[in-house]
Amino acid sequence: MQRRSFFVLTMLAFGFAFLYVPILSMVVFSFNESKLVTVWAGFSFKWYVELFNNAQMLNAAKLSLQIASLNATGAVILGTISGLVLARFGRFRGRTMLSGMTTAPLVMPEVITGLSLLLLFVAMEQAIGWPSGRGVTTITLAHITFSMAYVTVVVQSRLTTFDESLEEAAMDLGARPAKVFFVITLPIILPAIISGWLLAFTLSWDDLVITSFVSGPGSTTLPMLIFSKVRLGVSPDINALATIMVLIVTVGIVGSALWMQRQEKVRQRDVQMAKAANE
Amino acid sequence: MVSSPKTEKKIEPWNDPHATPYLRIERVTKKFGDFVAVNDVSLKVYKGEIFCLLGGSGCGKTTLLRVLAGFETPSSGAVFIDGQDMTGIPPYERPVNMMFQSYALFPHMTVEKNVSFGLEQEGIARDEIRRRVGEMLEIVKLTQFTKRKPHQLSGGQRQRVALARALVKRPKLLLLDEPLGALDKKLREHTQFELVNIQEQLGVTFVVVTHDQEEAMTLASRIAVMHHGEFVQVGTPSDIYEYPNSRFVADFIGSVNMFEGRLIEDEPDHVRIESEELGGTIYIDHGVSAAPGAIVWVALRPEKIALSREPGKGPDNCVRGVVKEIAYMGDLSIYLVKLASDRLVRVTQPNTIRHPDDRITWDENVYLHWHSTSGVVVTQ
Amino acid sequence: MAQPGYVSVGGWLSFTLARLIEGVTQSQAYTRAQRWLRNRGVTGRAFVIAIPYFWLLLFFAVPFIIVLKISFSETMLAMPPYAPLWEWVGEQALEIKVNLANFTFLFTDSLYGRAYLNSVGVAAVSTILCLLIGYPMAYGIARSSPAWRNVLMMLVILPFWTSFLLRVYAWIGLLKGNGVINNILMSLGVINEPLVMLQTDFAVYVGITYSYLPFMVLPLYANLEKMDLTLLEAAADLGCRPTKAFLRITLPLSIPGIVAGAMLVFIPAVGEFVIPALLGGPDSLMIGKVLWSEFFNNRDWPIASAVAIAMLILLVIPIMVFQYFQGRQMSVHR
Repeated sequence: MQRRSFFVLTMLAFGFAFLYVPILSMVVFSFNESKLVTVWAGFSFKWYVELFNNAQMLNAAKLSLQIASLNATGAVILGTISGLVLARFGRFRGRTMLSGMTTAPLVMPEVITGLSLLLLFVAMEQAIGWPSGRGVTTITLAHITFSMAYVTVVVQSRLTTFDESLEEAAMDLGARPAKVFFVITLPIILPAIISGWLLAFTLSWDDLVITSFVSGPGSTTLPMLIFSKVRLGVSPDINALATIMVLIVTVGIVGSALWMQRQEKVRQRDVQMAKAANE
Repeated sequence: MVSSPKTEKKIEPWNDPHATPYLRIERVTKKFGDFVAVNDVSLKVYKGEIFCLLGGSGCGKTTLLRVLAGFETPSSGAVFIDGQDMTGIPPYERPVNMMFQSYALFPHMTVEKNVSFGLEQEGIARDEIRRRVGEMLEIVKLTQFTKRKPHQLSGGQRQRVALARALVKRPKLLLLDEPLGALDKKLREHTQFELVNIQEQLGVTFVVVTHDQEEAMTLASRIAVMHHGEFVQVGTPSDIYEYPNSRFVADFIGSVNMFEGRLIEDEPDHVRIESEELGGTIYIDHGVSAAPGAIVWVALRPEKIALSREPGKGPDNCVRGVVKEIAYMGDLSIYLVKLASDRLVRVTQPNTIRHPDDRITWDENVYLHWHSTSGVVVTQ
Repeated sequence: MAQPGYVSVGGWLSFTLARLIEGVTQSQAYTRAQRWLRNRGVTGRAFVIAIPYFWLLLFFAVPFIIVLKISFSETMLAMPPYAPLWEWVGEQALEIKVNLANFTFLFTDSLYGRAYLNSVGVAAVSTILCLLIGYPMAYGIARSSPAWRNVLMMLVILPFWTSFLLRVYAWIGLLKGNGVINNILMSLGVINEPLVMLQTDFAVYVGITYSYLPFMVLPLYANLEKMDLTLLEAAADLGCRPTKAFLRITLPLSIPGIVAGAMLVFIPAVGEFVIPALLGGPDSLMIGKVLWSEFFNNRDWPIASAVAIAMLILLVIPIMVFQYFQGRQMSVHR
């Protein structure tokens, strides 16, 4: 192993500290007795209790959950199709346009996307009467539009590293292209699709700007609620919420990493066994 | 080709003008942009043959195979299988199956499901499928591995699954892409014989693509040597080896000594070539189609040359040289003999006697002899 | 070997879907319809391409045209708060009012010019900061042993999955007058008066750098990890010292990663709203904040649209640069 540069190591340490200190401070102070979030006054769960009794918060959370799930499913369907098209369909009329439309949302400032989508919904409502008013429908449509871009990237890059001879073998054995996709390709790229779903879910769950533009009365999502609260200053129940989310994400990521490691170990063992049998 | 008394007695359909070819490739060309991968090739393959496309990388053999499978559409020309024109027919509708170089086994399916996949696409009844899969797995000797997944199998086992999967559909034509490439030497030899046996047992017509001339020589009933997208020579293994039609083929298959010379005698029943490189004359006991005085090349295979301390009987087919290198290979020895013209000649001799006392050794002066049937005149 | 639960369910779903599709596609009506369509040049492939294509056309491309249209109209006290661009006057005359006032306003009022310049400046500085912190991190992770690599990348990705909004909020607690940093520094005796960190441009820089750091590290890591280390070995073998080898081999080869990361940070940072809103002060002028307040506070949709169009024009070239590098990334794998 090479001599690791002192500089690199320090930067690594600093970088990770930079990333985690704010998160950790939020978590620590969620257990603070005092309302003054930054002065420690003793350990307490009271902000968590308050959080769970806050009907407004819970409703907003439920709405966000609903929208995020719908969005993730829609984004995965559309994103997988466009990832497939871009990775497998070679050159076709409109390819540059499609490719452009699926990469631009990745970087487009949200204020622009939000404004443009709202104006579209207003114009549509004027022209054909749908969507009538802004609410869950418009928010979901907007979210699907920008999160499908992320799913496209994930699926497209998975498909480009996919062994095409598997698909050719299936066609050679008599399966038509559509069947090949559902029976061969899809099961194998399923992990990528699942991570695409989770990515789309997180993006929707967390979105503020676009949602603010396209939401209507009665459709207050969790980020909108959080934003209106923190504009006025720190609020310890927000810390409690943050801690819960950090906990869920950590358990999820660490859990899946450990699980994948175990799968890999089992797989390696199988390969070794086969080699040893040496037929 | 691996011969058995059965195959020796087989009629050679390619020499029978009344035989109908099972696979007909008619003037097929495949271009990728400006690059011509396959250049106006035509071929007839007969039922029950193992036909080999042999060539180095980039010669177009894999492209031609993919055209047969339906993964590439020819830029011009057509392919006929059992009389049916395959133009416009996609791979999943062709009576052709392919064994991929990487085997392409479906990683998320068991051996059994992999092999039954093709039959399921045909809509055959489940009992029938189970029966045929069981039969095929017995033939490839994998019955105890039905429930395993591909990553739980060794390379040789995976290859047999790939073979079973393709053969269970009883295709009219089986295409094999470098079938023995991924196996180690011992396994390769063993599998070569097994492949031939299975083919004979089932009577399927094989088209094999390979860059390994040993593989081609062992498996094939006929070989087509390909170079730059064209067929350089088509014939049986012995035809190609003993009667190469060009320097390229002579050099490609096995090792060969090539000598440039001038035709000094050109009769219908013999020719005599004088070669400065060689330092002597070569007498060949049949006529060749070249003008007298023409410059020709003569190919002499290393195993057809004998080393001895005694000079030859006649004026032809014998030269003097000095032994420069000896490589002991166990079953034979390779000698590099330097001629007066500084040219090195490669000679191989089987080690028939263990430790002969008067073995020819380095720096000895020796005579090289060969038979009047040994030289092959090559004009290209 | 038992399959993990979700894969079995997924596999079963796929098979069922496949059988359903097979059932439909092999029916008489379907084949007839297919032949009819194919004779008119519409294939199954075209249909598959059309689904995401038309969705994005409607919900992504068309809206920009509408924004352009609104940017040419007048504000009105109405719902929606702008005057229609064209009206029928009498029977046969169409009056189209293209109001350029919004754009001239953008140019004359120095607020907008300053906001654009400031946004670009802040975004550029934050991008450089992200690069300065992110490059050594990505490098360090890419060069560590495979076991460590997975753990470290996991640690980089974890904050990315937690809420963006909440992580920005965390900095409020840290940077406040009586926030964590000030309290620690004061109790250590380093300072006597609390530092003013919140509601400043400094806070905005910190906020953007912090939030976008994973976006810089990920593409950089992807690039550095794929680099052929034998190139460095060859350089060492030829007498090149490590620092020089880095500058002449590693760095140039990592440029696609640098550009991809830089674009992923710079472009959205220009239009960033949340961070300047929560961490910045009234004089941290960012164009995202301006657009938001024009829309929500002033209810001036036409101006907001004009601001958006101007932002788009500003960002068109960086977006195209990004798309170019993204496209190269995808085809490199082939």
